[in-house]
Amino acid sequence: MKVISVNNLTKTFGTFTAVDNISFEVTKGEIFGFLGANGAGKTTAIRMLCGLSKPTSGTGMVAGFNIETESEKVKASIGYMSQKFSLYEDLKVWENIRLYAGIYGVPEKNISAKIDQHLQTLGFEKERETLVKALPLGWKQKLSFSIAIVHDPKIVFLDEPTGGVDPVTRRQFWELIYQAANRGITIFVTTHYMDEAEYCDRVSIMVDGKIEALDSPKNLKNKYSSKNMDEVFQRLARKASRDAD
Amino acid sequence: MKFFSASQEKLREMPIDMRQFLIFIKKEFYHITRDKWTMAVLLLLPILMLLLFGYAITTEVKNTRLAVYDPSHDKATEAIINKLQANDYFILSQILTEPNEIEKVFQEGDIGLVIVFGERFYENIMHTGEAQIQLITDGTDPNTATTLTNYAMNIISSYRLEILTTNNIPFQIVPNIKLLYNPQMKGAFNFVPGVMGMILMLICAMMTSISIAREKEMGTMEILLVSPMKPIFIILSKAVPYFVISIVNLTTILLISVFIMGVPIAGSFFWLITLSLIYIFLSLALGLLISAIVDSQLIALLISGMALMIPIIFLSGMMFPVENMPIGLRIISEILPAKWYIVAVKNLMIKGLGFSSIINELLMLSGMTIFFLAISLKKFKIRLE
Amino acid sequence: MKAISVNNIYRNYGDVEALIDISFEVEQGEIFGIIGPDGAGKTTLFRILTTLLLADKGSATVDGCDVIKDFKLIRNRVGYMPGRFSLYLDLTVEENLNFFATVFNTTIEENYYLIEDIYKQLEPFKDRRASALSGGMKQKLALCCSLIHKPTVLFLDEPTTGVDPVSRKELWEMLKKLKQQGISILVSTPYMDEAEMCDRIALIQNGNFLKIDTPKNIVNQFDNILWALSSNRMYDLLNDLRNHPKIKSCYAFGDSHHITISTDNFLLNDLNIFLNEKGHKDIEISPIKASIEDCFMQLTN
Repeated sequence: MKVISVNNLTKTFGTFTAVDNISFEVTKGEIFGFLGANGAGKTTAIRMLCGLSKPTSGTGMVAGFNIETESEKVKASIGYMSQKFSLYEDLKVWENIRLYAGIYGVPEKNISAKIDQHLQTLGFEKERETLVKALPLGWKQKLSFSIAIVHDPKIVFLDEPTGGVDPVTRRQFWELIYQAANRGITIFVTTHYMDEAEYCDRVSIMVDGKIEALDSPKNLKNKYSSKNMDEVFQRLARKASRDAD
Repeated sequence: MKFFSASQEKLREMPIDMRQFLIFIKKEFYHITRDKWTMAVLLLLPILMLLLFGYAITTEVKNTRLAVYDPSHDKATEAIINKLQANDYFILSQILTEPNEIEKVFQEGDIGLVIVFGERFYENIMHTGEAQIQLITDGTDPNTATTLTNYAMNIISSYRLEILTTNNIPFQIVPNIKLLYNPQMKGAFNFVPGVMGMILMLICAMMTSISIAREKEMGTMEILLVSPMKPIFIILSKAVPYFVISIVNLTTILLISVFIMGVPIAGSFFWLITLSLIYIFLSLALGLLISAIVDSQLIALLISGMALMIPIIFLSGMMFPVENMPIGLRIISEILPAKWYIVAVKNLMIKGLGFSSIINELLMLSGMTIFFLAISLKKFKIRLE
Repeated sequence: MKAISVNNIYRNYGDVEALIDISFEVEQGEIFGIIGPDGAGKTTLFRILTTLLLADKGSATVDGCDVIKDFKLIRNRVGYMPGRFSLYLDLTVEENLNFFATVFNTTIEENYYLIEDIYKQLEPFKDRRASALSGGMKQKLALCCSLIHKPTVLFLDEPTTGVDPVSRKELWEMLKKLKQQGISILVSTPYMDEAEMCDRIALIQNGNFLKIDTPKNIVNQFDNILWALSSNRMYDLLNDLRNHPKIKSCYAFGDSHHITISTDNFLLNDLNIFLNEKGHKDIEISPIKASIEDCFMQLTN
């Protein structure tokens, strides 16, 4: 089943084409790595997919809804987490989960079970009453992720979720991603850690607004005869000629 | 490069401090001029405030509906009623026949002032020299009430003056200070000094502190501190652009007041400018003090808004008379720089008094400037904390 | 004379100990890396050395100058690029550079050779406001600005955070060239794979230095047996390996999982049999040399 399907999606700002005619599909439960250099057009593309910005041309369906005409329905069926965590620092861990469950419309009777379930998955039972600002960065990122999927969205967008997180917590974070994917949640993730690109089922690499490559990490490494994803990325993105965000 | 263009050679010969200072000021002007909205607000704010206070929020009262209860019906009462009607302030709307109607007309809400004459009014004036007259207004709005009664009293006493002169009998008049210096009772007369006190403080203190806090927030302060530039120069060059804008604003305010609102500069122009410059320095010093204490633009805004603007509006005597306030608020009023500035500007501009009338204020403001400058220099941090 | 010398620096913020008795030295012309995650104390260390913060205890010198007594001298000599982008977003590329050149009492022309390589990439955008640059370009501009006065010691606090792999590589190539000019560089990064670009590194976690050495020596000191594994079901593989009693640690490492073994008498073949029983296919197991990240994780656990 296709959770995202994008056809000839384009976004221009004046004479500048930020996203240039991209097409791809993402299937249910897939971990899809959306890579690209700074300024390649990733952020613009993600904004369109989340229904936050209208495409100049082309069509896109996310979670079964048209991103242009049904953007509100798109927003209700996705989760989103950015590098800057959206948690309330002066609320406790459980209060943050409670709050977002309410915002995303989780039925009232399920909420307390949801809180327990998420605290358990995170291994945060002891931190239930802790203020978020007292948590280390990596823990906050894990909590943010949990909150982004608190309403069981069909797809969750993660924008550089592990920047600056220590190596151990970074791996725990990816285990959370695996668990969510196993439950059928589709993961759409951007990262600058190329080892993390290896964890993805498929990876796309954007260069100058176009998708230059899209395949599994294994096939990409074969195709570009590289020993790891970092080499693949260097080969493709070195060709970039422009600069803009 | 472009930054220096033709004058580059000349600049290179300057002492390094001077070059740093100049390019810093240039940078500040880029920040201000490239932020079109802030720039527009800074330059239009004084105009807007003057027009707003001068015309819209004025306490000047026109066309108030008047009711009269006149049991005497003699030539004195008629003359007073005619005089009241004869100007812009009052319109005679009802003649009451019963005293108990008074409360009713207030409840109906149309009437702003009721005048109750005593019985045998004219006879009493002629024989005992004393006649009863009562002015009743709605006390829920004390400012308007005071203004209304002042107007009416003024008119009544002018009648009394006529009577007494024609009868050639010695008389007494209790002068009303407020009316003496503002005979046409123009609201703008009172607000121009207030707006000056507010605008200059706003531009200097608020904008300077916000702009320094922005450097801290953006992280550029870190780089500037780790540079050969003397920290005190960073701060001083921040103050220069706002000093310039304040001068522009001062000019705008004075031009509008004199040529559009018809408020004269009755006293010494030289001392008015000197006084204003001292007040600008004082405000800049306050801005520097705030920026030394806070690290974020929001807090800089709140502190300068709460601690500087609100007291100026409510406690400087610009809008509300301070004399009627509780002792605590009167003390706060005494330590507000704006209060001293506004009083002195009123003396110079409107009352047309000379230098001797503002010596106290001048000394007070100069003292405060030195005081705040000293603290802010002492508080200034050469490190991040 | 050492470029940087730090003796028992201690600093806390209330209850939080940001740096706990840190000592190290940086040689002239050396690239010294401070490697560790966010919140480990890297920024506090940089601010103390750039005279922006005072340590609670301990002493330090930069280019022979005491960070407290001679702070003015240090401010004249060093270059500093803070962690977050800290240039003027409403000034153009060229205006930013010119401003900092003047503040540092020099001109762009005077030290142009130092920044030439990076500035060439920026030149097409020199009239563009800094706010309109991409993350990688902003960092390059910030580096130019911190170099324009030819500092003796360069402090770069996380110059590559949030920057794509290509721009990161370019920044590191640039640092190598600066080293050849005799500039000593203290650089911090949360990316472990950048450690090998440094002459020496310190691994930092929770305000403590775990180790100071060359990247090579740190890797050689890794004293566990380390294997890399992959199979057709990577996530299950991770869980199966974790449940094996003889496996001490197991972490995902890109296309393989890295495990350390607790006893010597556990053979590669034993593990192969165990995983076959669990139903894994395409099993690949090979002994490998540790990376800095392996070392970091071993030291923090």
